[in-house]
Amino acid sequence: MAENAQNIEVLICTGTGGIASGSLKVAEAFEEEFKKHGIEAKVGKRCEVKKTGCRGLCANDVLVDIMVPGKEGVTYDFVTPELVPQIVEEHIVGGEPVPKKTAGAYYAKFLEKQHRTIFSRCGHIDAESIDDYIANHGFKGIKRAVTMKPEEVIEEVKKSGLRGRGGGGFPTGVKWSFAKGSPGELKYLICNADEGDPGAFMDRSLLEGDPYCIIEGMMVAAYAIGCTYGYVYVRAEYPLAIKRLQMAIDTCVERGILGDNCMGLGFKFNLRIKAGAGAFVCGEETALMASIEGHRGMSRPRPPFPAVRGLWGKPTNINNVETYANVTYILERGADWYASIGTEGTKGTKIFAVTGKVKHTGLVEVPAGVTMREVLYDVCGGILNNRKFKAVQAGGPSGGCLPVEAIDAQVDYDSLIKAGAMMGSGGLVVMDETTCMVDIARFFLTFTRRESCGKCIPCRIGLKIMLEILERICSGEGREGDIELLEDMAYDIKKSSLCGLGQTAPNPVLSTIRYFRHEYEAHIKEKECPAHACKSLLHFKVIDEACKKCGMCKRVCPVDAITWEKGEIAIIDQDKCTQCTSCYDACRFMAID
Amino acid sequence: MSETAEKAAEQEVDLTACNEILDQYQDMQGALMPVLQAIQDHYGYIPEETVHLTADRLNIYASQIYGVLTFYAQFHLEPRGKYIVRVCMGTACHVKGAGRLGDRVKELLGISHAETTEDVKFTCEYVACIGACGMAPVIMVNDATYGSMSVQKLNEVIEKYQKMD
Repeated sequence: MAENAQNIEVLICTGTGGIASGSLKVAEAFEEEFKKHGIEAKVGKRCEVKKTGCRGLCANDVLVDIMVPGKEGVTYDFVTPELVPQIVEEHIVGGEPVPKKTAGAYYAKFLEKQHRTIFSRCGHIDAESIDDYIANHGFKGIKRAVTMKPEEVIEEVKKSGLRGRGGGGFPTGVKWSFAKGSPGELKYLICNADEGDPGAFMDRSLLEGDPYCIIEGMMVAAYAIGCTYGYVYVRAEYPLAIKRLQMAIDTCVERGILGDNCMGLGFKFNLRIKAGAGAFVCGEETALMASIEGHRGMSRPRPPFPAVRGLWGKPTNINNVETYANVTYILERGADWYASIGTEGTKGTKIFAVTGKVKHTGLVEVPAGVTMREVLYDVCGGILNNRKFKAVQAGGPSGGCLPVEAIDAQVDYDSLIKAGAMMGSGGLVVMDETTCMVDIARFFLTFTRRESCGKCIPCRIGLKIMLEILERICSGEGREGDIELLEDMAYDIKKSSLCGLGQTAPNPVLSTIRYFRHEYEAHIKEKECPAHACKSLLHFKVIDEACKKCGMCKRVCPVDAITWEKGEIAIIDQDKCTQCTSCYDACRFMAID
Repeated sequence: MSETAEKAAEQEVDLTACNEILDQYQDMQGALMPVLQAIQDHYGYIPEETVHLTADRLNIYASQIYGVLTFYAQFHLEPRGKYIVRVCMGTACHVKGAGRLGDRVKELLGISHAETTEDVKFTCEYVACIGACGMAPVIMVNDATYGSMSVQKLNEVIEKYQKMD
């Protein structure tokens, strides 16, 4: 930021995660501190607090960066309002970072293997400021796009090799050319921000941290395809994303960036937000369009594809948030640059939301083609409590679980599908030895069954029956032949469902059976849950040989059912125990059975 | 119809606001969902009278509107508590023990998913994912998000809200 070269900047993460950890209070504390002591006069520079988007390491919020001109930026983690005066006193006035409070070596490691392109602005610019965006190469992509013919723009996107980031992986340029080729004056452009997959939140972070980038990507698409009207369909569960995006759209309209003559470049594009109302199936494109039209969000058969007959019967192009963000960078830096990153079949970077039992949960952007192992161990620091890694669930409810044998697989569309999972939206949920795979399959089916729109029978009835079988297995009433029956049903449902929800819903069951069949068998034959997660199959006894007498179980027990004295083995009172599994999760020595 | 719904039905619903909302969206394409969302924002739920008014003014069948209302999880046909406790049941939260939190809410308040306490103070909801997976397990009370929850922390949070009026 050339004009602010002499400012000391305090960058505070104010994404949903940051705010939940109290970042607004931290920001206030900084502001107050600056006022109270007349800090600006002391250091002879303007100090400003910037509220940025998420920078990915949500587990250690609140993250604060202090950027002193002419020096390396310093990052503090776990900042609380109480710590602020010390940071201001020692670092901003004294010029020396506060020892022991800065983010440790892990933070550098967390960033080291990443390749932050799409996220390059998140966490560095004020999310709500258009001037900040423009100062950081904002709107360069669209300015370059209008110097080309629309066909050339589509060619550029094709050449870059970008594939849809919503999970399907369809080549974006090809999709655009279909919509471009459809006859008709009026065409619609839709951005799919209905990020319903539990465990994925990269779209939300992009909308909250860099909303103008999405608007720019959509402008490029609108220019290339010839759409005059656009919708962004955002989940209702993301109030902050809706607020920031609306603010960004309003600012763009005020400045003439959106409207009848975008930026004076001679094309018309208007943009509107459409808030969803809580239905997972609305992430499927035909259901999403039905929802915008004000109907129940039910899928319809394709063809006709949206590119031919979509919203209100007009040709429509739908892409995911992250896809549009990629488009912005492709147009700004060129297709060749983009195609130089990634693997043969998957170009560019992919953002993953890594959650579950890893040390550093958060958002990670890596070039396509690194291995799952690198993501989990190098970037995210490995498994919590030094437990054993068991599986990682990739691609949400439509994906599958990868066991330890498969984590050397590269993360790109094709290798993941080969391994029985899928890229999906990019949620990675990590599980350790205390997670029961049958229970996970049951969890996903509970979700997809509840979210099924009910239009087609295989999905509506089939998933219900599969779920009943899984529930039976989890409660210790599994029968011989259940596994085969599940497999049979899964294939039938996959073959005969109407839309992507039904076609992919059985995937978690199939992949857990494929890799963890022995767990199913243990549930059915021995009535045992090897991971000790299924409540009805649990005993809750302390294994005397394994107990290290640390008292951790007593500390976490919510009903005081555990008696423990220093140096003694813990005893669980079976009458008081509510079988909540708190102690089992907390024990680091696997001493509770 | 639950008791709370009956109580609400006894009171007349003031339709002025509903009419104003309809004025605003009358000519918009696909107005139904934004109208229903605005009505819910104002009343806290969708009263029956507003459904009939909306049907008349937008010229669609009430049955169609009920079709939409019952399809989407966000719409509620009965009054809801002052404090809405959302227990996230997303994958990451599930793996880190969200089921336990749901059970505990039921023990403390006697309500599980989509139920409201008799004094209309608390409503409990199990939601799919609130997108704060980095801090799983998570609960929300109205707009405040509480991350890295344990059963003990949950006790404290609920107690805090029980003391408020």
